[in-house]
Amino acid sequence: MLTIINYKAGNFHSIQNMLKKIGIKSIISDKIEDIENADRLIFPGVGSFDYGMQQLEKSGLISVLNNKVLVEKIPVLGICLGAQLLGNKSEEGEMNGLGWINMDIVKFKKEKMPDNYKIPNMGWNEISIKKESSLFTKMPQNPRFYFVHSFYMQANEKSDILATAEYGYEFVAAVEKDNIFGVQFHPEKSHKYGMKLLENFTHI
Amino acid sequence: MRRVRVIPVLLLLNNGLVKTKKFKKPVYIGDPINAVKIFNEKEVDEIVLLDISATKEKRNPDFTKIQEIGSEAFMPFSYGGGIKNLDEIKTILNAGAEKVILNTEAYNNPKLITEAANLYGNQSVVVSIDVRKSAFGKYNVFINSGKKKIKTKLIDYLKQMENAGAGEVFITNIGHEGTFAGYDLELIQLVSENLNIPVIANGGARNIDDFHKAISIGASAVAAGSRFVYSTNTNGILINYPDQIELIKNFYQKLD
Repeated sequence: MLTIINYKAGNFHSIQNMLKKIGIKSIISDKIEDIENADRLIFPGVGSFDYGMQQLEKSGLISVLNNKVLVEKIPVLGICLGAQLLGNKSEEGEMNGLGWINMDIVKFKKEKMPDNYKIPNMGWNEISIKKESSLFTKMPQNPRFYFVHSFYMQANEKSDILATAEYGYEFVAAVEKDNIFGVQFHPEKSHKYGMKLLENFTHI
Repeated sequence: MRRVRVIPVLLLLNNGLVKTKKFKKPVYIGDPINAVKIFNEKEVDEIVLLDISATKEKRNPDFTKIQEIGSEAFMPFSYGGGIKNLDEIKTILNAGAEKVILNTEAYNNPKLITEAANLYGNQSVVVSIDVRKSAFGKYNVFINSGKKKIKTKLIDYLKQMENAGAGEVFITNIGHEGTFAGYDLELIQLVSENLNIPVIANGGARNIDDFHKAISIGASAVAAGSRFVYSTNTNGILINYPDQIELIKNFYQKLD
């Protein structure tokens, strides 16, 4: 069973919508048993880093999530803020993240960008895949994805970097460490590229 | 290569998709869901959906329709028309929309922008501003689908919207809308220069060259209605969108 974690900080309906389109059953839940019974998890998220962590703490799901992801090692996919929360900490807030992937979340540096680039990065970017991954198997040519973000993942271990994109300069667009995946973009709003990615995730 | 968003604008009237000219004379184009499905296949960047009679008829947004469109839109879409409060915004975002678009209510109740931005982030709130150029060359802002002129000066209004927490401004010169005369570039430049947030140019685009001009003077994204629902050769109804090869070659690669 694929469970989309509902910790009241995400736009999860469009994720379920796309999964339905490609014939994959999922449930949206904030119940411990639905996470215990899951064989894979999607971890969505929209909003600020601290808001996300607070909502997650309030949900009381962190310990069961730690167990499923770090001990049972089931596949988990973080999307947007959900991906950022996999890291250690963020320039956006004070709270600690889940720390599942050794990365810090940093703000786009305006001084490194041409003047006509505005923050947030809102729009489509092509990605450059940095290592072999089942998440990007048989992806249509020149995959592009929809991004909306002011902060991005800065991986401390180069081997965790799965894909990068460019917005004024190169930044990390996706990370992968063992069973843990995080994508800064929104596959659920990225046409056939997103569909393929979500389909791939359900086969990992 | 820098990519910028190229956004079809779909106008809803009495459950149908229509196209107007200078905000008047709505012509029936077809079924909106069908149009969204075609735009899906064409892999459009984003869609803007505007219910042009909700405010006039003093009714709520048609949530069933928005939900229906949301379940077919595998690209980002924004909805505008008749939004009055946070509950409605929540329902619309839960239906799968990325953003809400405020126009009349942004003027009547700018606090709504702030409240929505605080809850869902600035990127979720677009303020749409409709403008007419007077005979003296002065830009006046209109609300209520272009029917009511407001007293606030354009530049002051832009600042007010940005300060309230708008994430983007969707700017339309009513006199250009539906005319294929090209964007009002003077207006787009003026608006872009006075805002730090992204500006979406709308109204009058005929071709990719118009898109390019709008971006080169400061817009962050381009939107068009007629361009994407009429054939430019025959003027017949034709849902269309440039393919990636054309966009890359004739647009993105020409950007700095």
